[in-house]
Amino acid sequence: MSTTTDENAVVKEVQPLEEATVRFCGDSGDGMQLAGTQFSNTSALAGNDIATFPDFPAEIRAPRGTLAGVSGFQIHFASHDIYTPGETVDALVAMNPAALKTNLADLKSNGVLILNSDAFDKKALGQAGYESNPIEDDSLSGYQVFSMPMTSMTRGAVDGLDLSVKESDRCRNFFAMGLVFWLFGRSMDPTLRFIDAKFSKVPSIAEANRRALKAGYNFGETTDAFRSSYTVEKAKLPAGTYRNMTGNQALAWGLMTAAKLSGKKLFLGSYPITPASDILHELSKYKNFDVLTFQAEDEIAAICSAIGAAYGGEMALTTTSGPGMALKGEAMGLAMMLELPLVIVDVQRGGPSTGLPTKTEQADLLQVMFGRNGESPIPVIAASSPADCFDVAIEAWRLATRFMTPIVVLTDGYIANGSEPWRIPNVADLPKIRVTHPGPRDENDPPFLPYQRNEELARPWAVPGTPGLMHRVGGLEKQDGTGNVSYDPHNHHHMCVTRAQKVANIADVVPAQEVMGAESGKVLVVSWGGTYGACRTAVARLQAQGKSVSHAHVRYMNPFPKNLGQLISQFDKVLVPELNLGQMRLLLRSKYLVDAVGLNKVQGKPFTTTEIAEKIESLLG
Amino acid sequence: MASAELPVLKPADYGTDQDVRWCPGCGDYSILAQMKKVMSTLNMSRENTVFVSGIGCSSRFPYYMNTYGMHSIHGRAPAFATGLKSARQDLTVFVITGDGDSLSIGGNHLMHVLRRNVNLNIILFNNRIYGLTKGQYSPTSEQGKVTKSTPMGSIDNPIHPLSVAISCEATFVARSIDVHTKHLQETLERAVGHKGVSFVEVYQNCNVFNDGAYKWATDKDSKSDTVLELEHGKPMIFGKDRDKGIRLNGMTPEVVELGKGISEDDLLFHDAKSTEPTLAYMLTRMSHPEFPEPIGVLRDLDAPCYDDAINYQVQHAKETRGEADLEKLFNSGDTWVVE
Repeated sequence: MSTTTDENAVVKEVQPLEEATVRFCGDSGDGMQLAGTQFSNTSALAGNDIATFPDFPAEIRAPRGTLAGVSGFQIHFASHDIYTPGETVDALVAMNPAALKTNLADLKSNGVLILNSDAFDKKALGQAGYESNPIEDDSLSGYQVFSMPMTSMTRGAVDGLDLSVKESDRCRNFFAMGLVFWLFGRSMDPTLRFIDAKFSKVPSIAEANRRALKAGYNFGETTDAFRSSYTVEKAKLPAGTYRNMTGNQALAWGLMTAAKLSGKKLFLGSYPITPASDILHELSKYKNFDVLTFQAEDEIAAICSAIGAAYGGEMALTTTSGPGMALKGEAMGLAMMLELPLVIVDVQRGGPSTGLPTKTEQADLLQVMFGRNGESPIPVIAASSPADCFDVAIEAWRLATRFMTPIVVLTDGYIANGSEPWRIPNVADLPKIRVTHPGPRDENDPPFLPYQRNEELARPWAVPGTPGLMHRVGGLEKQDGTGNVSYDPHNHHHMCVTRAQKVANIADVVPAQEVMGAESGKVLVVSWGGTYGACRTAVARLQAQGKSVSHAHVRYMNPFPKNLGQLISQFDKVLVPELNLGQMRLLLRSKYLVDAVGLNKVQGKPFTTTEIAEKIESLLG
Repeated sequence: MASAELPVLKPADYGTDQDVRWCPGCGDYSILAQMKKVMSTLNMSRENTVFVSGIGCSSRFPYYMNTYGMHSIHGRAPAFATGLKSARQDLTVFVITGDGDSLSIGGNHLMHVLRRNVNLNIILFNNRIYGLTKGQYSPTSEQGKVTKSTPMGSIDNPIHPLSVAISCEATFVARSIDVHTKHLQETLERAVGHKGVSFVEVYQNCNVFNDGAYKWATDKDSKSDTVLELEHGKPMIFGKDRDKGIRLNGMTPEVVELGKGISEDDLLFHDAKSTEPTLAYMLTRMSHPEFPEPIGVLRDLDAPCYDDAINYQVQHAKETRGEADLEKLFNSGDTWVVE
């Protein structure tokens, strides 16, 4: 990016860009998440491909002005397909010195830096650790600095609305938004509509936000400071109707869709936990879709209530994050033993223990694979991006009902809160999920056998209320077929093997693992979950340079696709980038005896494309 | 629940072919027998009934009932039952639990299922001991109890199940005794008939690890003096000769002898329908040997049920916002078209 240097220019230049990355940052009470969300939605509506990365502290309002209290929202938008929220930032909006301090390192050299000069007072500078005001010294000379008194200009804009100083100042984020909207040639209309809807009950606040937004926009247009604005053309995405979706929303909608496709009510048992709560919030809005949401007294009751609903014959769901998964372990084992369908969603966050609640990580894989007593196989599938959460949710319920098993869906804080365009499917084209329940029997029929299995080893889903099918399920080992309690040693062995084989059979019905690039070569990058975008982008970049590297992104984590071992064996080296200390790598090494190499990071942040590309290059030698 | 067109089932028709594995002489046998009789008396449908239990001796109960059933995990039966009843209001759901299951590991769930008033029948077998783990003290064991885990005597203050139920605003609270078969049947029948959560504590003898825990309440000679049978609207009278009663002295109950200037009108009258819980709570605090212990229905109130409310919200949402339409939902709000 660059600006013109002609001091006399009146008509401002509009520079076309292929892509740009913008980050809003400020105090956690400054409304940066809202600013980021509005800019994302507006960019998506303008036809760009987008990827977003909200990043905020665990505290609702950390002490004002501190480094720990900085909240940020990054948006990457482009006129072509993109898969990551961007690495370095083209334009940074910093609402206070702490935000500047913690975010400046990510701003490109000569990047646009928009500052609220009103916030750079002595106290705030001191809190951020600045000895002198960076706006006034020459420490920011490597950037295009646009410093303006946003607080006073916002107060001026809302003057006469009879608002308190505090209320006026809370409109500052709309001023900043307006300015960035102008800078990237965005329409204010979607945000004006949002303001109308959101603040319909408080007209004075609605008006204040409208005024602040327009004041920011007009300031950009009229001030001499900005000599040019930018434009990013529409992306050439596959034809269709799109909307912007976060991962949590896409997951919730996918689950509702799965319920409809299978003709079931959806019962959610959940307990609030970051970063999964938004799924509970979202589903609570759609009770007219036959959605029952039960906010349980704890994580254990949440899953147990869902298992109760599953026994009752409805679609059962529980949603949580890592610490909640730890509490659900015993009940997951029971669901596995009962062989009832249940979707268990784990939106992973930084662990261990309470860890980093608002940050992202992929470190629950081994917990969901093995975190139960006894031989307790449960299938696991992982979503790769916000929009993919929709498809994964439907796939999870399809597999759970077909194989009569609980199933874990792994997402993470990064894709749960991030958003991207979602191509709206044609509902009529979505394949139905066929669920059958055995019908009534009378006394002349042979006795009902609740654990009599089909050829895939799934047992029948007999629901209470059906005459003649009365049966008891429970956590004690059962005799195969009858389901009666059995302590027979050979039966126990047989049942453990059978339950494991049933889960293994899922590999027969899931798609073969796809690979991006050649099916043999020097390096294969194997990834899963939210690292998809960074891995794909890095591999594509190196492939364009003629490098021998391919990419396999795995959705089916347990069981792995049948051809994965064969695929891996065709490469000299296997790289497994993960936001953990090598969990999938452990599984791959043990299953395929492959000397896979890890790229591991647990910083609460997603990979950058460069980190992955550099590691691949080092392996290529 | 009751269904006229079905042939009348005998108590034995409600049993399974599974061997009952409780110790010979266990109080659970009687509770099982009374439950089958009650189901037969009420002509309850086997396929529309579900027994959900936790872990412990009592929690084997579902295996012996020819209905639907789930032997779940320790302490969590109320949560399974809440999900089941919310999703399937057409079913009659029982929760079978013990003092350790519901008041120790599952204390949290008991509290919440009661305050939510889920339309379930919770039967707590209270034997004041851990039986299945072979004889440790339970949350209802008396202080000083010597068990395998308390060789010097238990130092825990015991919990009173019915006090918990009243303070959680349970709408039906009752107590009976395993060997008082008729009383137990009547109490279970009333529990089944109550719409909302029904909480029944059953004094149950563990003849292996805590034999005689309720001897005072079951002995022919003593039981009339140690047990107070509550009847709604009636004065609280007890004793072999029905010559003793409970009178309120200020805020405290006291045992008085009838005659000698004290008439029935001076006694406390039982009001199971009182929305004010103080007297019901007071009854839960009356303990042997200072007082006769009340049995029967302490509290029986009508109140909205959780399972009704959760399903009403679905119905209401459909009426006000229309039936589910995915196509409409997906295309609502801000969308854009890529050609």
